[in-house]
Amino acid sequence: MRFVDEFRDADKAHALAAKIAALCEPGRQYKLMEVCGGHTHTIYKHGLEDYLPESITLVHGPGCPVCVIPMGRVDDAIHLASQPDVIMTSFGDMMRVPGSGGSFFDANAEGTNIRMVYSPLDSLKIARQNPDKQVVFMAIGFETTAPSTAMTMLRAAAAGLTNFSVFCNHVTIIPAIKAILDSPDLRLDGFIGPGHVSTVIGCRPYEFIASGYGKPVVVAGFEPLDILQSIYMLMVQLAQGRSEVENQYSRVVPWDGNLVALKAIAETMELRPYFEWRGLGFISHSALQVREKYAAMDAERLFQVPGVRVADPKACQCGEVLKGVLKPWECKVFGTACTPETPIGTCMVSPEGACAAYYNFGRMNRNRVAEVSRS
Amino acid sequence: MCLGIPGEVIELHPEQPDLAKVDVSGVRRLINIGLLSDDPPTPGEWVLIHVGFALSKIDEGEAAAAMQFLEGIGKAYDDEIAALRESLIE
Repeated sequence: MRFVDEFRDADKAHALAAKIAALCEPGRQYKLMEVCGGHTHTIYKHGLEDYLPESITLVHGPGCPVCVIPMGRVDDAIHLASQPDVIMTSFGDMMRVPGSGGSFFDANAEGTNIRMVYSPLDSLKIARQNPDKQVVFMAIGFETTAPSTAMTMLRAAAAGLTNFSVFCNHVTIIPAIKAILDSPDLRLDGFIGPGHVSTVIGCRPYEFIASGYGKPVVVAGFEPLDILQSIYMLMVQLAQGRSEVENQYSRVVPWDGNLVALKAIAETMELRPYFEWRGLGFISHSALQVREKYAAMDAERLFQVPGVRVADPKACQCGEVLKGVLKPWECKVFGTACTPETPIGTCMVSPEGACAAYYNFGRMNRNRVAEVSRS
Repeated sequence: MCLGIPGEVIELHPEQPDLAKVDVSGVRRLINIGLLSDDPPTPGEWVLIHVGFALSKIDEGEAAAAMQFLEGIGKAYDDEIAALRESLIE
């Protein structure tokens, strides 16, 4: 427990909060975006916004891999899964994501064979056990997850497996951040950079945010004190008029990332010309597809994929939530028609989605925290 | 699915150098350590595991903190451990 206390100490949290408050210029409003859904989760669970002065707003970003998959790709996956002799494998998080005709669970009730797996490697065993079937892995996720798919493809190639393929939906975080920076809807002052993505890509890819847009970036860990420390580091930079990339999470994130992982991705995948993100629309060079060298493992080459664009349900405002324009509770259907049990939008499905995090943990108000900390 | 979960390396696979047995909250399973081939972990070391792959080495303090965080988030972590139990990596 002694280890954990370092990251949870309430006195340290209050001390950091006081230092953050002291850095706020009177009359100035600060908007800081936490890009990663894991950070959103910590912020809501620990009520971190309530430690911050009113002038600092945390804006929740698009870093939830399940949340950004558009409905059309869910429909495409179900189409693939319904082909004869196909077994699709998917992470559990995807199973309840609604497509236009229902989720993977609904599709299974209609007769498809979509199996939950823990790892893409599990799909290889399923492929070996079912030599007369094509096993298609529904690959989703940011750069955190793409290396696992890449390494699995390399393993399948080395083993000479011919009945394993990938429906590649991997996305890359940098173009999404750039799209947000270029969006007129939102003016941000700085970024809390994603932790696990950065273990793979390192810190250098964020340098354009600091040098090109003049906004500071601090790559952060997942403990409450990590996030408060990162906010403090951002505020110090803002107070000093600096914009640099700093690494608060250096105990896990190497500055240059994981070169083996980057090499595996580059060997098996390449950037798509464009990809649709839920809420953010089409973003150029923002996702990965299987390289031609591995065409035999590319479900989009092996099968006809409809690729129809499907608009989100009208009531759903996940797009605005993912861009940070709306807070979850400002969505018209939040907590009423849309709940974790019956989600309309993706942000309510994934535990990393801003809506699910907010729904599950609620939010203590600032006055309440002041009372608790006095008692 | 996006969770990074800490596991202690118990033993390296005798025949496949990119696999290792790890202990995650008492669940022992094989994971892939190929992404750490520049600096492979040894038994007793801790790694951050994401969908069956060790992403980075971590120290014991970080592992304890990460575990507390995960146990605190409830269902998502229970689902992750349940999924790990079902894992078929070989």
